[in-house]
Amino acid sequence: MMKLDNPSSWFSLPRFLVFLLTLLLTFALGMTLFSLPPAPFQLLDTIHRSLPHSGVTNPVTAVLLNFRAYDTLLEIGVLLVAVFGIRAFPEAFQEHSPSLPAPSEVLLALVRLLVPLMVLIAGYLLWAGSHAPGGAFQAGAVLGAGAVLILLAGLPLSKWFHGWWFRAALILGFMLFLGVGFWAMAMEGHFLEYPRDRAEDLILLIEAALTVSIGCILATLFLGLPDAAPVKDAANEKS
Amino acid sequence: MSQFQLYGMTGVALFGLGMYAVIAHAHLIRKILAINFMGSGIFLVLGAVARRASEGMPDPVPHAMVLTGIVVAVSATAFSLSLTRRIHTETGRSSLPRDGGT
Repeated sequence: MMKLDNPSSWFSLPRFLVFLLTLLLTFALGMTLFSLPPAPFQLLDTIHRSLPHSGVTNPVTAVLLNFRAYDTLLEIGVLLVAVFGIRAFPEAFQEHSPSLPAPSEVLLALVRLLVPLMVLIAGYLLWAGSHAPGGAFQAGAVLGAGAVLILLAGLPLSKWFHGWWFRAALILGFMLFLGVGFWAMAMEGHFLEYPRDRAEDLILLIEAALTVSIGCILATLFLGLPDAAPVKDAANEKS
Repeated sequence: MSQFQLYGMTGVALFGLGMYAVIAHAHLIRKILAINFMGSGIFLVLGAVARRASEGMPDPVPHAMVLTGIVVAVSATAFSLSLTRRIHTETGRSSLPRDGGT
């Protein structure tokens, strides 16, 4: 098995067997794809019949936040679990935290120009999600990218990562989603079954909270839990 | 070959490439990259399945599954990268140990 790591002897029997087996599997998957029946389910019709009751007109958002809201709730749960996992061993980051070079004026100017624009775009994507491609995850990704840009420019954003309100923002989306789910259960009898006349407002509320949480979560996933001491120094220098 | 089949076969090929690399490479970063390859292949297949009927609206359910999948893939990648980093801090290596340790 040592041979697998050695580039000079790239051919070995186990590796060749793995190659053959994955090739077979790939062909089997390809054959399955070709032999799929043309349109076996009527899901599309069901969605278009129920779309007027969903509170939004974009079918993808309707599936994500209403028909299959369970999936989205568990998805934000998975994100939170990843964040908890990363925050669970902060010492791994203290030895190898890369020290960024001092930010150039060009980068700082770019950040000043782009970050407000990104917040604006995130707000637009959040609003557009109800009738066009967009929604909480796209908006959260743009917010997270803005946070990453700020971090790469060396601005003292990472000291916020230890604040209680940042932790609150991390769980806000999940807790609000869960709360709305139980509230809907009290009102309508089923978990996450929104009252029809309130569905539009509820989806917008959940998506707004999800956007904030996803932005914070993605920034945490990028940075990990930052080294506390140098960040404090940087913050003191700037302020 | 229809558009569905072209995109679908590309996705299946990406999945196969990733699967081979996950098994064949011992380096953890390569494994993580390979798993992301497999994920991208699956997303491409789902995107192709959504547009299987060449007329009318694309099916929104696979689109929603892709969106969910991308987010889960990102968080799993971030977590496995931080685990790799922890393994590197603890053992000084970025590969899995051989059969039975050392």
